[in-house]
Amino acid sequence: MKRFCLLTVHLIGVMKLRELLSGNEAIARGAYEAGVTVATGYPGTPSTEILENVVGYKSEIYCEWAPNEKVAFEVAAGASLSGARCIVTMKHVGLNVAADPLMTLAYVGTVGGMVICVADDPGMHSSQNEQDTRHYARFAKIPILEPADSQEAKDFIRIGLEISEEFRTPVILRTTTRVSHSRSLVEIKERQATGRKIAFEKNPPRFVPIPMWARVMREKVEERTAKLEQLAKTSPVNRIEWHDRELGIVTASISYQYVREVFPEASVLKLGWSFPFPDDLIREFAAGVKKVLVVEELDDFLEEHIRAMGIACDGRNFISGIGELSIPKLQASRAKMEGKEYISAVPVALASDLPPRPPVLCPGCPHRGVFYALGKYDVIVTGDIGCYSLGVASPLNRIDTILCMGGGVSMAHGMDKAGEPRKVVGIVGDSTFFHSGITGLLDIAYNKGNSTIIVADNRTTAMTGHQENPGSGRTLMGEPTIEASIEALGRACGIKRVRTVDPYDFKTTLAVIEEEINADEPSLIISKAVCPLRERKRVGEIRRIANEKCKKCGACLKLGCPAIESQGKGTIPAINPLLCSGCGLCEKICKFGAIQNQE
Amino acid sequence: MENKTISVVLVGVGGQGILLGSEIVARAAMHAGFDVKTNEVHGMAQRGGSVVAQIRYGKQVHSPLVSPGTARVLGSFEQIEAIRFAHYLADDGLAVVSSQMIVPVTVSMGASQYPKDTEDRLRTTFSKLIYMDASKIALGLGNIKTANVVILGAMSRGLDLPVESWREAIASSVAEKFRDINLKAFEAGRAST
Repeated sequence: MKRFCLLTVHLIGVMKLRELLSGNEAIARGAYEAGVTVATGYPGTPSTEILENVVGYKSEIYCEWAPNEKVAFEVAAGASLSGARCIVTMKHVGLNVAADPLMTLAYVGTVGGMVICVADDPGMHSSQNEQDTRHYARFAKIPILEPADSQEAKDFIRIGLEISEEFRTPVILRTTTRVSHSRSLVEIKERQATGRKIAFEKNPPRFVPIPMWARVMREKVEERTAKLEQLAKTSPVNRIEWHDRELGIVTASISYQYVREVFPEASVLKLGWSFPFPDDLIREFAAGVKKVLVVEELDDFLEEHIRAMGIACDGRNFISGIGELSIPKLQASRAKMEGKEYISAVPVALASDLPPRPPVLCPGCPHRGVFYALGKYDVIVTGDIGCYSLGVASPLNRIDTILCMGGGVSMAHGMDKAGEPRKVVGIVGDSTFFHSGITGLLDIAYNKGNSTIIVADNRTTAMTGHQENPGSGRTLMGEPTIEASIEALGRACGIKRVRTVDPYDFKTTLAVIEEEINADEPSLIISKAVCPLRERKRVGEIRRIANEKCKKCGACLKLGCPAIESQGKGTIPAINPLLCSGCGLCEKICKFGAIQNQE
Repeated sequence: MENKTISVVLVGVGGQGILLGSEIVARAAMHAGFDVKTNEVHGMAQRGGSVVAQIRYGKQVHSPLVSPGTARVLGSFEQIEAIRFAHYLADDGLAVVSSQMIVPVTVSMGASQYPKDTEDRLRTTFSKLIYMDASKIALGLGNIKTANVVILGAMSRGLDLPVESWREAIASSVAEKFRDINLKAFEAGRAST
């Protein structure tokens, strides 16, 4: 939990408590203030910090990391049906995993308020696609709220919970990276307990969607949507800011902030509740201005609907739906609309030849040895989502494809069954294995596959910032718990060859990988070593390069370790003692014994 | 209170304490009574990659993102990152650059070169430049990790925030046992300009 220091700001004679919070911190605070008692989720940038902050209120809110988003969603749904106010958190692609329960909970409906907090990632800062969650709201026929800053993120949680309880519907709260990870001032209030009674009230026609009752629910969904549309029209979450009537801009989420800076003179319809579409409000706004422009990130969700209403508008013809919006992008769009030339600031000429600095596996990363060893064999490597995705980068170059969480396991099997002539190795992290790798492994064993699956088990969910998982021995709330055994799960699936290696023991790791990829049956290798970043300590002694022994062969540089620095071919590399984690992998692969402990 | 929104950009390499730096600048502005917004990128981009944090303050701030060519101060915890993100700075803006050098893996692999003329490039690029060995100053104070706060101290010269707001911001952003050394680091950075 982040330090929570409250600042008292004197505002127009009224004392208010205000704090600088990120959107994610504000959502956590909003859940606390609104009396939420259950919070679940699966980590995923940019949503992770919501639950990491909810845990600061653990005396009032039960919270957990579930093994995946579907489970997290179902846990929250169960809590709601028992009467609890709850939230569930995930990133955009996580909602794909939870889409099954979402689509039917939309029929069954909620009892205690339930808000699904989904964080989109326009621009793909830390994601594999930039899908637009708003479609899910329309798809599932449920309301979606879109805050534009941290204050709204906090306020909209309460509003979402109230809508959810009144209309018996789950509600999506959609943020984007720039809302989740931007900090702004938020007014802090006390928690209001709801006094909700926790007891599931049996009522099969209400809670059991077998066809005869699901058909009734289906009708009710339409009735509910009509009522929600009426409420959306008058909700304070949607507002018109009348300024000059020449141009009226319809916008939502973070785009609103860019609009206010680039079009300060324009009238704005700011939608905080975009679906069900507030048609009457849109018509009123469009009738009050000469021209309508829709400014939205990603898909033309609002624009398409507004056009379908018969209202002429501009939007995608001037503003790209690819990547995230920004002030310069919107300035360029404005210039294009007005037929003017736009000149934006560009990187200085002296920056053109700077060496790129992409993200890399950290010094001491236990995954490095596995990828380096895989580099010795002509195999196909199907990767997965996590830090180890970085194994794709040079100089390791040891991932050939990535699809989605758990995909590294199942895709390996698919290639194998297609008759791929080379051996296929799937690599997946510990948290990802628990998330959705187990079912793929079961498939390999059940359907007599021949893949080798490596679990890069660093005892944590590292990429998102070291969250606990079923293998880490601790819960989100800090309690000791079981350590799910990947070895035992592998055997239970029916895998006979299960090996565990210490990836810092390079010789053994290499030997085991060789044996397993040459085996004539499926196998599971667990590369087990804790992430040094999580431990916040070095793996071992800092190493140095003995200049007199170094033959400048460059072998150590093929590890891609940021601590080994070289100024180019033919020079002796140096180990940066500030960066070296002391894993010793470089010492083990140096044929000339030139790498040793620092004196 | 000035009506204009002031923008500040902090750049460096993942792991250099940029998020803490951004929090301190934002809190200093908040303690001085301004509306404030910040933005930084988390997740994959952080693992040893180039990192940018942005802070904006004023009477009312809309966008949390700084537009190129508008920052009043650019602080860089690493030499070449200052050049990479120089276009964020306004023409008359102040650049505060640490002489620390972190060699990217792309250089060690031989795929690119770390420029040998960084200081010349910095002096050509920035009309107002403070180029300092912040690590050495921090080490002299007893903790090399406070180099980022030394840079903040120098940056404070280019921002019209009261020293007291900075001190308050540091006190509320770092753990109590590191408070004094960080306050000293700030003073040292501020005095070195």
